[in-house]
Amino acid sequence: MTVENKIAVHVCNGTGGMVAGGGEVLQAFKDAFAESGVKAEIGDRCSVNGVGCRGLCAREVLVDITVGDEVTTYQYIQPDMVSRLVEEHIIGGTPVEEFMVGKDYHEFLSRQKKIVLADCGRIDPEEIDAYLDVGGYSVVEKTLKTMSPDEVIQLVKKSGLRGRGGAGFPTGVKWELCAKNKADQRYIICNSDEGDPGAVPTLIEGNPHSVIEGMTIGAYAIGADMGFVYIRTEYPLAVERLKKAIDHARERGFLGQSIHGSTFDFDIRIKLGAGAFVCGEETALISSIVGERGMPRAKPPFPADEGLWGKPTIINNTETFANLPHILRNGPEWYSSIGTETSKGTKIIALTGKVRNAGLIEVPMGTTIREIVFDIGGGIPDGKLFKAVQTGGPCGGCVPQEHLDLPVDYENLARVGSMMGSGSMVVLDETDCMVNMAAFFLAFNQAESCGKCPPCRIGTKRLFEILTGIMEGRGRKGDIELLLDLSADIMDSSLCGLGMVAPNPVVSTIRYFRHEYEAHIRHKRCPAKVCRSLLTYFIRADLCRGCGVCAKGCPVGAITGIKKEPHRIDTSACVKCGACYDTCKFNAVLKE
Amino acid sequence: MINLTIDERKVSVKEGAMILDAARELEIFIPTLCYDPRLKPYGGCRLCLVEIEGMSRPVSSCTTPVAERMVVTTHNDHLYRLRRTILELLLSDHPNDCMVCERAGDCTLQDLAYFYGLRDNRFRGEMRKFEEHDANPFIQRDMNKCVLCGKCVRVCDEVMGVNAIDFAYRGLSTRISTPYEKDLDCEFCGQCMSVCPTGALTSKVWAGEGRRRMDVKYTDTICPYCGCGCNITLHSVRDRIVKVNSRADNGNKGWLCVKGRFGYEFVNSPDRLTTPLIRREKNGDLEPATWNEAISLIAGRFEDIRYKHGPDALAGLASGRVTNEENYAFQKFFRAVIGTNNIDHCARL
Amino acid sequence: MAGLSTVFGSGAMSNSIEEIEDAQTLFVIGSNTTEAHPDIAIRMKKAAKNGAKLIVADPRKIPLVQYADLWLRLRPGTDIALLNSMMHVILEENLHDPSFIEERTNGFDDFSRGLKEFTPELGEKISGVPKDDIIRAARMFASSERAGIYYTLGITQHTHGTNNVFSIANLALLTGNLGKESAGVNPLRGQNNVQGACDMGCTPDVLPGYQKVTDQKVREKFEEMWGRPIPDKVGLTSTDMIGAMIDGRLKGLYVMGENSVLSHAHMSHTIQALENLDFLVVQDIFLTETAKLADVVLPAASFAEKNGTFTNTERRVQRVRKAIQSPGEALDDLTIIGMLSSRMGYDHVRKIVQATGFQALSSGGRYAYPEQAFREVCFLSPAMAGMTYLRLAEKGLQWPCPDQDHPGTPFLFKDGFPKGRADFTRVSYEPSRELPDSEYPLVLTTGRNLYQYHTGTMTRKSKAIEAVAGQAYVEISSTDAEHVGIGNSEMVTVSSRRGAVSLQARVGNIVPPGVLYMPFHYAEAPANALTNSVLDPICRIPELKVCAVKIEKSG
Repeated sequence: MTVENKIAVHVCNGTGGMVAGGGEVLQAFKDAFAESGVKAEIGDRCSVNGVGCRGLCAREVLVDITVGDEVTTYQYIQPDMVSRLVEEHIIGGTPVEEFMVGKDYHEFLSRQKKIVLADCGRIDPEEIDAYLDVGGYSVVEKTLKTMSPDEVIQLVKKSGLRGRGGAGFPTGVKWELCAKNKADQRYIICNSDEGDPGAVPTLIEGNPHSVIEGMTIGAYAIGADMGFVYIRTEYPLAVERLKKAIDHARERGFLGQSIHGSTFDFDIRIKLGAGAFVCGEETALISSIVGERGMPRAKPPFPADEGLWGKPTIINNTETFANLPHILRNGPEWYSSIGTETSKGTKIIALTGKVRNAGLIEVPMGTTIREIVFDIGGGIPDGKLFKAVQTGGPCGGCVPQEHLDLPVDYENLARVGSMMGSGSMVVLDETDCMVNMAAFFLAFNQAESCGKCPPCRIGTKRLFEILTGIMEGRGRKGDIELLLDLSADIMDSSLCGLGMVAPNPVVSTIRYFRHEYEAHIRHKRCPAKVCRSLLTYFIRADLCRGCGVCAKGCPVGAITGIKKEPHRIDTSACVKCGACYDTCKFNAVLKE
Repeated sequence: MINLTIDERKVSVKEGAMILDAARELEIFIPTLCYDPRLKPYGGCRLCLVEIEGMSRPVSSCTTPVAERMVVTTHNDHLYRLRRTILELLLSDHPNDCMVCERAGDCTLQDLAYFYGLRDNRFRGEMRKFEEHDANPFIQRDMNKCVLCGKCVRVCDEVMGVNAIDFAYRGLSTRISTPYEKDLDCEFCGQCMSVCPTGALTSKVWAGEGRRRMDVKYTDTICPYCGCGCNITLHSVRDRIVKVNSRADNGNKGWLCVKGRFGYEFVNSPDRLTTPLIRREKNGDLEPATWNEAISLIAGRFEDIRYKHGPDALAGLASGRVTNEENYAFQKFFRAVIGTNNIDHCARL
Repeated sequence: MAGLSTVFGSGAMSNSIEEIEDAQTLFVIGSNTTEAHPDIAIRMKKAAKNGAKLIVADPRKIPLVQYADLWLRLRPGTDIALLNSMMHVILEENLHDPSFIEERTNGFDDFSRGLKEFTPELGEKISGVPKDDIIRAARMFASSERAGIYYTLGITQHTHGTNNVFSIANLALLTGNLGKESAGVNPLRGQNNVQGACDMGCTPDVLPGYQKVTDQKVREKFEEMWGRPIPDKVGLTSTDMIGAMIDGRLKGLYVMGENSVLSHAHMSHTIQALENLDFLVVQDIFLTETAKLADVVLPAASFAEKNGTFTNTERRVQRVRKAIQSPGEALDDLTIIGMLSSRMGYDHVRKIVQATGFQALSSGGRYAYPEQAFREVCFLSPAMAGMTYLRLAEKGLQWPCPDQDHPGTPFLFKDGFPKGRADFTRVSYEPSRELPDSEYPLVLTTGRNLYQYHTGTMTRKSKAIEAVAGQAYVEISSTDAEHVGIGNSEMVTVSSRRGAVSLQARVGNIVPPGVLYMPFHYAEAPANALTNSVLDPICRIPELKVCAVKIEKSG
């Protein structure tokens, strides 16, 4: 049997894939191969595996069929399509053209640079051997045997790796601070409490061993023999795969005592979070692990000095850990050659919103927003105009048209009033109202305040209420200044990182879209026609055919008119529900 | 010792001290709501923010340890503005019913509103409206007045180890709650109430008893119950005890138990004996008498018994409740006046 | 106290409350500290949080157990077996402090011979505490630098109460835990001024300052000041007084501020004794159960209505200050005693004014104000010689405080024991007098709860306290409850050979099977109607902590 003959089937079994039916598709392949006729045809040339997510969940179920070196990717695969793939492609040797992905799929992938996510979607995350086959765990073994902890720290410092949790603190420096504390016990924590549908589930579902390997390297560097992965209960698949991966790693002696045949002991425990946003803040996360309410405390002392149970503790984000095996394998020079002056390596970004190819991508630091949105993302659907990108999650800010060519890194995003945060990007188009956007994020931020300090607990609530007032036509002169003043005070006086950034959406939308605020306040008008209270619905007599559909659908009976003659909306009775606008077949209902 | 500069004044304090401690040593007033030197640093209220040279944001002085050559500013326009905003925010979610509040005049929030002259408030909006339904007989919990300083939670945990209350919910709905929001079920030591800076925790025992009167008299004395000897302060209006608390700077650090804090009603009890009583006939009733009559009767009968049966036919039982002076005089009376050592007290019981 | 005086030459808490926080090991035995001494429990909990080892020995699962590193659930009345076997282990494993024993104690050899038989196995057999726990406790206690023992009436209210105290003292001596901070032997006193009552000589054998009434020199000193002869014969203890009343030797009794009826063991016996008197005077703030039996009742002032001093359990003398006027014609006890003394022709003040030069107002032979009496005590009692109200004003002072410049003494025996060397005492185990049998199959033990206080004369006047703790109850284990067919909150009758009471059952896991527990605060269901008045032969304390009872559902 030659390599050319080998056929590998990879079915996406990430959360997106599973929801779309990935489990059933995988089973359908297995069933098909078990059938005697097919078996006789293909013998043991063919393997079938579930793999992690490759970042394009909208196209699920995605299936790769690899014959020799030739990879064919199919999209939207359902179990009933499997028999054709088996018969025509695997047995017959002719790929099924009509199921194959299109050009945009390849464009989406080819413009990325996958390091951390490279093996996600390529290897079976539930098989430790699959990770070993791509060189997994070789780096940590070599590290334990050939490097001192301090050499690891120096190497990581040299690579320029910065924390992927959002603040971008240099990882090696943080480790050094922790390692120099005298202590009988240190801990390392993987912060997988991420709310965006981003790096955490994809990495842990798709390649959990890379996170374990990264944590082990970190633990060795700082001298921790115990690690915790703090992960949300809302990611059951990731939790399940991580559990499995930890068990497998223990069986192989990669976790536990004297790991990889060295004298170093290290083990990992999983701690499930209950979904509080603030538990991503490291001191709140520590409280949560010890069983207390997740509430941040003032720093200093920093966790590197006094963390879990008062012991020096390092908390890094999942993506940070997943970078480490690559850095140690390829060297710090290689790593620092990627990215910008201040921000090295790649960044995973969850690209969503008004963009054609929504998905999870990995690009080198310094890639421009234009490349991300238009080249990889395929631009705005339905011919709408680009307005801005909200980056960094609900506490981030927006980046407008004028900064489309901004190379994305920590400093540049901060400079334009946004942040890297979790690495999410929500694309907004001309139909998005920026006041509404700010209120949307503030609603989340104020509800997620832990309540410990008044500026965050009450201040963000008041911000939200002022925004709501503006949206509902109760905006007053001075509201913009009040929003800015209060935002500044909240940012300056809050206890933790959440309060410090919670007003960001307000500040940044005012910075770039002040005219929209002013239109709402002074002219009681929503330029994007989103804020209902400010809209007026009317019927253009020249377009109305008098069909009466709108009048029938109006919940308050505000539309009147004689059959076959133009109808009218009584604006004093209208509740601005928009039903008429949605149902009119002749586009005769307008809103203004 | 660590040397630092606060508001252009040099101070040296011991290592591990917080900036707030150092500032207080210089008698610089920094407002606080959540700070209590008896509890662990918390940093929740954000009023004690100060600026440190070289740091981009203000820090809470109650949680930031001093460092050598640190340069601290505790008061400037920016800090004033931040503190004022925080107070405005707190007051925008507070009933502000000081006219009828038990804690008026003894309320940190009220004091601060006064210092900062907060007549107007830029902020208004939704206010918390929690129902009060706690049936415990000691502590009135009005969570609408709570500023979430967390002192009650911390004292219940750090000092008492009872953990009867904790934070619950998030955002503006955050509140201090008992498990499952049931009635408070704890030791009722009232420590929570004693550290509360507002009217959120007051006592049902002395509600409406006249805390706000100008003629309340404060008397430092010792608790009449167990042998711990806790210092208490009696609040009295004319000849009625209206409240008990304990100063934080004494041996028991201001902590009391349910008896010491709430068990003073007996002093005001209508059942108190107010006149000598004499049983004039064998098996008759006890009837009121004058002091003269009672003392004469006792003196006569004691002398009579001593004459007929000797001094050892008389005995005295002193008490672990009365003062040293009284116990001393009592045993002296038996030994010197009656002439017997038949004197004991309840230590054996 | 008699036990401690015998060993060390003085009886009181050897160390201070504040020091508890810095202890390395705390051994709490026979003390439900959280409920009986809440402020001290706060310190213990803090110490435990700071990393101190906490050993709790108690038959009941008292609240402190949840902070304990080790809970020794011994059978009631088996303390000596437990302590002796712990000490056996300490000696076996060489964890004792030989230099301390050599330099500062007597009687070690005889004592250690007495321990030979008390193997952990025997300890387990008698006390029911697993031998491994006995060994752990011994190691935990003996291997720490600063280990303190804390106890209350759970140790003393037994027929072998004095021996229990000897045994505790032995443990402290054996491990050298005396004369240093955060260690010592610490009886926690149950009432605000019971320490003061002892200090003031309100005991039949000693004059103020623990000066023996049998010592002629002492008597001469006091006679000089008091201007009257003092009898040289030791008087009756309170528990012996009961017997003397019954047999008619005692004709007249003057009770100041005590509710003897409820606080003495075997209540019907106590009532019979009081009724047998020719003349009973009771001075109190309420018409207590005892006052109702009196011939004359005198209305006294409460603590809030007078000036003076209280001495707390750590020997700290503190100022009591007057806040309000007494109701009606009630008077403070000092004034009443003065009035009575005058009427009987005695002048309290004349001599002491001459001796001390302390200025007195003319007051017809009565103390004009309390500090006069205080100065008199301080003059006569060397341990308090350095105290004045002025010096006590802020935080009080802990005796010994021998002169005006002395800062008081936080812990005793730093430079030796009052009697030179301390004595080891060989103590053997004796079972409690009344043990369960087929008729009375359960052990009753008594104590306090957090809310009520002593006989309830004060706390039961508080509506709020009554609302949460107004009902008398007996604790019973779920095993026994099931056996007898009693449900939680049902009314039951508990009876002993001396009486019966009806009250509510609390079924749970606080008491072990075979043991019932009742607080003694409730006059409507008085625990002391059941208890045994048999006394410890030395210190004459009744065996309130162990008697045999039965329990039935109330019909």
